[in-house]
Amino acid sequence: MSNKKIKIILNGVKTACDKDDTVFNAAKKAGVFIPTLCHDMRLEPYGACRMCSVEVKGVSRLLPACSTPVSEGMDVRTESRTVKRVRKRLVSLLLSNHPNDCMRCETSGACKLQNLAYEYKVDGMEYGGERWKLPIRQANPFIVYEPNKCIVCGRCVRICNEIVMAGTIDFTGRGFNTVPDTAFRVARTLSICEFCGQCVSTCPTGALTDKKARGKGRVHEMKRVKTTCSYCGTGCSFYLNVKDDKVVRVSSDFFGPVNQGDLCVKGRYGYDFIHSRDRIKTPLVKRGDKFVKTSWDRAFAIIASNFEKIIKRHGSDSVGAFSSSRCTNEENFLLAKFVRTVFKTNNVDNCARV
Amino acid sequence: MAGLATSLGAGAATNSLAQMPEIDTLFLFGSNPTEAHPIVSIYLKKALRNGAKLIVGDPRKTWMAKRSDVWLNLSPGTNIAMMNGLVHAILKNGWENKEFIKNRTEDFDALREKVKEYNLKTVEKITGVPKQKIIDAARMYSHADKAMIVYGLGVTEHRTGTENAMAIANLALVCGHIGRPSTGIMALRGQNNVQGASDLGPAPNILPGYQPVANADARAKFEKAWNVPILAASGLKSVEMLDMACQGKFRGLYIMGEDPAQTDPNSHEVRRALKSLKFLVVQDIFHTETTQYADVILPGSSFAEKDGTFTNGERRIQRVRKAIEPVAGLADWQIICRIANRMGYPMKYNHPSEIMDEIASLTPIYGGISYDRLERESLQWPCPTKDHPGTKTLYTDLFSRPGGKAKFVALDHKGSGEMPDKEYPFALITGRIREHYNNGSMSRRVPGIMELVPEEHLELNPADAKKMKLKSDDWVSVSSRRGKIKVRVRVTSRSQRGNVFLTFHFPEALSNFLTSEHRDPIAGTPEYKSCAVKIEKLPKSYQA
Ligand code: SF4
Ligand code: SF4
Ligand code: SF4
Ligand code: FES
Repeated sequence: MSNKKIKIILNGVKTACDKDDTVFNAAKKAGVFIPTLCHDMRLEPYGACRMCSVEVKGVSRLLPACSTPVSEGMDVRTESRTVKRVRKRLVSLLLSNHPNDCMRCETSGACKLQNLAYEYKVDGMEYGGERWKLPIRQANPFIVYEPNKCIVCGRCVRICNEIVMAGTIDFTGRGFNTVPDTAFRVARTLSICEFCGQCVSTCPTGALTDKKARGKGRVHEMKRVKTTCSYCGTGCSFYLNVKDDKVVRVSSDFFGPVNQGDLCVKGRYGYDFIHSRDRIKTPLVKRGDKFVKTSWDRAFAIIASNFEKIIKRHGSDSVGAFSSSRCTNEENFLLAKFVRTVFKTNNVDNCARV
Repeated sequence: MAGLATSLGAGAATNSLAQMPEIDTLFLFGSNPTEAHPIVSIYLKKALRNGAKLIVGDPRKTWMAKRSDVWLNLSPGTNIAMMNGLVHAILKNGWENKEFIKNRTEDFDALREKVKEYNLKTVEKITGVPKQKIIDAARMYSHADKAMIVYGLGVTEHRTGTENAMAIANLALVCGHIGRPSTGIMALRGQNNVQGASDLGPAPNILPGYQPVANADARAKFEKAWNVPILAASGLKSVEMLDMACQGKFRGLYIMGEDPAQTDPNSHEVRRALKSLKFLVVQDIFHTETTQYADVILPGSSFAEKDGTFTNGERRIQRVRKAIEPVAGLADWQIICRIANRMGYPMKYNHPSEIMDEIASLTPIYGGISYDRLERESLQWPCPTKDHPGTKTLYTDLFSRPGGKAKFVALDHKGSGEMPDKEYPFALITGRIREHYNNGSMSRRVPGIMELVPEEHLELNPADAKKMKLKSDDWVSVSSRRGKIKVRVRVTSRSQRGNVFLTFHFPEALSNFLTSEHRDPIAGTPEYKSCAVKIEKLPKSYQA
């Protein structure tokens, strides 16, 4: 990456940008929003949907901002009358083959197509024409595919092939009937799908959705809490989507410093354990062969008196603790402190060597 | 991570994940990131798409091995011989980085003498890797501009795990491939917060931030802050606590969030130790094999129920945020405080951010960390002060050893504690698969995952399968000198002849009943990765 600076004129304002920027990236850094549909920062620019069209002085046709590199002195207008008219027409065309189902769509509120229809005031009635009536695909254990909502932007196909390199999804059918398929039709074209849900994370519409989260609430009802994955040491970040004190979905954090929105099957779909029925919900003490429920206070009293007794009789060296690389830094520090200050020994260890 | 600490100074990855796409030669050793670390593999795949060359050292034909330029298909337990062989080839051809060796390292002569014993014929015999491949790999790695070694548990979970890591450091140092962006050594760790747990001191010989208990200044600092005397002598390692328990000399144990009865190899011994304890407290979110032995079980809280931080494999300290109330009412940090208070030592924190402030005040590598800063920026340690930007690449000019120089360590090949023989003819390798995690207590409670991977399978090479008249899904018993389990077979060329593979995610077929009691004498890491087993077909009528 060279970051030699050049200057372009963006909506009449002189703007510095990197030589390697696309018009879209340069605008984004300058805080100018250009709508996109087939573009995802994680993917190579594709230039298929033309939603990002912009006008460049001296060029007769509109250019796609996502795949057009900047050049010195380039004079770009992102919101001219022509640009707006073209975008509006594109949205109209897309809606002419779209089910108009927003009221019960999982993605309502987070759908790029819906947002564009709102912004450009399009109701989908302008063009008549044939609409797909394809069956919903539910064979994949984590992903539901509603092909009728697909706008054939190719993002799912590209993320699966370019980024995950699983090669599970491809376009099938021809012409008007082209749709991305396979991973969602036969469970485990299944032997190669990684169930990472990367395709869901990139889909701009409600065509691909997380199966487990369906019917559990839409984006405006969720409390979204950014956190760090608790499975492996890569440390991906994501949002826990919480409704009524229940985690109902994990969604990508596209600005995560480690993973930029990418996740694997455990991070994205491995959250059921949180609300598992098997969770231990109260302290338990052993009575004979069984464990019986007890209160926190009672449990703390038993623990304190037993450790005190052992220490008094056999010395501090006869007790100790194991801590866990599953716990937080603060808990690990605290346990190390606990053993040294309360037990007064250095008998503390963890499994961090694994 | 004691290995890298000895050679370089710190037991941590030297670079950042985000630097990976710019690697031009990747040496992947004992790591299967497409299964165990999928998001790291996305970075590595990006490097490959950008044209990086790939060397893979692994006994299994992994996704990466299939796409490699050179596949070093070494026999399990021969890592040191392999590394010595590579260094031998490099020195013989004059491919080493003489400047770097002279200016930034010490004890090179010892290494040079040692690797003389490892001519490529010898190494070929020990590792089973053809000589030409070793030369190809040595040339490719030493001639690279940005070369990174990425290694995993296939390196550390051996009897010689610590030495394996030093052997890797030797190779990188000989070529001067360390201390530059996209150039260094990355260790991929198993559990989510291994790095943080080693950084923050639940260890018998060090205080938080790798400050030795033997160091009087370090002790004085903690004594002042904590208001108690701190013993200068090391405490017991986890293995030693368990051994002493069996002898009746160790009596009370508090286990927070671990399941040694399942995840420790040689599970039988561990269970005996747990049974011998007078008093055992286990804090966990689920019942595990270990909780059965407890006198008191305390409900733990999951990561969704508490505030805190994790430190990932590239030393990045990241926030964990509370999304829901603790299912049992208290978060783990609150539990520790309550017990401490009751036992007469006051621990008062209103929020984990105050614990982090205490960490920062006592632990120089975390000195600049605070929750406020983590809201605004992403930081990798060492980050000693509030205005320090954190460290993306370690050792750009000095190593963190006394004198600032890295150290070569001359090492001998010792092999696994147990090699295949007539009676137990197969080498068992254990590892992870993408869908599951550790003892499975989390991933096995995800219905979609269980639908896909409901049970354990023994991976067996087609040629071996044919000889034994086994097909995929047949039941077999797998036994070692220590135990026996029953599993179904999966025939696949991922395993080479003579090697078989199991995960350790399933308590019904617990591979750790088989694995060996041999341990790394330095770190105490158990030898999960290889042991000798035999395989017998079970009658058709057998059902689990
Ligand atoms: S889940 Fe992952 S592997 Fe499967 S189709 Fe989607 S992107 Fe591809
Ligand atoms: S399913 Fe979604 S991501 Fe894939 S092509 Fe259709 S709209 Fe685009
Ligand atoms: S999402 Fe997957 S790769 Fe990322 S930290 Fe979690 S388990 Fe690891
Ligand atoms: S977003 Fe630029 S062409 Fe689709």
